[in-house]
Amino acid sequence: MDAFIAQYIDAYYLRIMIFIGINIIMALGLNLITGVTGQLSMGHAGFMSLGAYTAAIISLHYDAPFFLAILAGAAMAASFGFIIGIPTLRLDGDDLAMVTIGFAEIIRVFFLNFEPGGKAVGLSGIPQYTDFATVWLIVIVVIILNAKLLYSRVGRSLFAIRENEIAAQSCGINTTRMKILAFTVGSFLGGLGGGLYAHYMYYINPQDFGFMKSIEILNMVVLGGMGSIPGTVLGAVILTLAPEMLRIVAEYRLLFYGGMLVILMIFRPNGLLGDVRIYDLKKRWGKKR
Amino acid sequence: MFWEQLINGLTLGSSYALIALGYTMVYGIVQLINFAHGEIYMFGAFAGLFLVLSGVNVFIALLGAMVFCMLLGMLVERIAYRPLRGKSSRLSALISAIGVSIFLSTLMALYRGTNTTRYPEIIGNSTFSVGSIQISSLQVIILLVSALLMVGLQLLIQKTRIGKAMRACSQDLEASSLMGINVNRVISATFAIGSALAAAGGMMVGIYYNAVWPYMGTMAGLKAFAAAVLGGIGSVPGAMIGGLSLGVMEIMGVAYLSSSYKDAIAFAILILVLFIRPQGIMGQKISKKV
Repeated sequence: MDAFIAQYIDAYYLRIMIFIGINIIMALGLNLITGVTGQLSMGHAGFMSLGAYTAAIISLHYDAPFFLAILAGAAMAASFGFIIGIPTLRLDGDDLAMVTIGFAEIIRVFFLNFEPGGKAVGLSGIPQYTDFATVWLIVIVVIILNAKLLYSRVGRSLFAIRENEIAAQSCGINTTRMKILAFTVGSFLGGLGGGLYAHYMYYINPQDFGFMKSIEILNMVVLGGMGSIPGTVLGAVILTLAPEMLRIVAEYRLLFYGGMLVILMIFRPNGLLGDVRIYDLKKRWGKKR
Repeated sequence: MFWEQLINGLTLGSSYALIALGYTMVYGIVQLINFAHGEIYMFGAFAGLFLVLSGVNVFIALLGAMVFCMLLGMLVERIAYRPLRGKSSRLSALISAIGVSIFLSTLMALYRGTNTTRYPEIIGNSTFSVGSIQISSLQVIILLVSALLMVGLQLLIQKTRIGKAMRACSQDLEASSLMGINVNRVISATFAIGSALAAAGGMMVGIYYNAVWPYMGTMAGLKAFAAAVLGGIGSVPGAMIGGLSLGVMEIMGVAYLSSSYKDAIAFAILILVLFIRPQGIMGQKISKKV
């Protein structure tokens, strides 16, 4: 499949498109936690690294099939997401942000000292199983399942928690279960993205999953529009492309990136597609027809 | 050994406390995690360095760095936060703060390169012993200056007109503006004071560890934010206690447990404390209203 695509698309663009796909998967996971349920998580890179390391070690040492490896990585991330989900019952807002930052930092320091993970040197020689077709197939499946979830009773409960937790609770929503669910599914997607990333890069290092990586994924969700699937996808596309496009300005790249974030937030404070949902779009288009 | 580590911890902790104060004051009034605060601290360290290199006395350089960061903090607030206030979610302001943080650290990296710069020998660093404990004169100066700044801050908040306005704004921003307080001016002043304290912290850390670099703000900012949350975010005495205790616990953790887990220790302690006492050490429990 990829050989076929490579005939028509330059390898460089193919690479960027794979990164866009991986970022969409991870950003959709964070969107579920932060955008939809309103629980500010700033440690998504922690889940990503758990997925990446688990999948990579399984691939390297046990020679497991690719899908099994990335699923194991995602499951590992999800179980940690479940554990992190529990304190969210007690903490809210910025305390939770701090706990998630702390969690991601602890995971990073752990991998810096983790013998099977190569310590600070990182893991190399991971087989490159991730290709364009797999990534985008997973992206499509994730988007469809995500849209189904948000459209369902569970999805509406999650939105209700973001809007007003106490009111949601008094309407009979089990907010405890819902928040843990959001964390588990969101971190599963983070781990999935991490596994795909590891199997594309050949090489992973704890520093790849630092605080800035978490921030990058959070930016995609907020920039695109909180709680919106099209918005998150757009945010992931723009913020993956932005550093590439800004290569023209060479070393001033990050300067423009930072400035761009500020300006976009000033002019579109609710994100580019704030709260546009797929089923709202369907409704709108349905009427026109 | 123990008492020396305690002094080391308090020295490190006082720099965390100085940065944490800026986080907590801004948070108390506008509920914004000002992620650019770590970069203000870095700019303070560099501004101090440039002044010292141009031959200014250390203490005047410290004042100069504080004034420079005051202006920088007010400028950042004016450009990146004020246009967003009131018409967007707090998360948008957070992303804007992250944008400023990336912008400022890149700006300094472009200007000075990413390598560490050493501070020149400015304060003759003599050690003397009290009983069996070895203390360096530098540590004494840092502790004294920090204590002086914190007492000054307390006086400013408790005794002056602007301090009174700040306390009112942290209780209820809207009601304060109805009572005739110029809210924008108060917020601007809060940013100015917080930034000045961070600059002082930055310069003292630069002298103490004899190194400044453009990305020094990120980790220091995170740790200071952790300190602010530990103490109870929004509470000024909480930030002081949180900063000092975080510094001491980190140094003790490195000394008695493991140095390779240095950065994890602070966060692990923080998470444990939040499990037991979600509102932090000094924070008040606010009951939520529908």
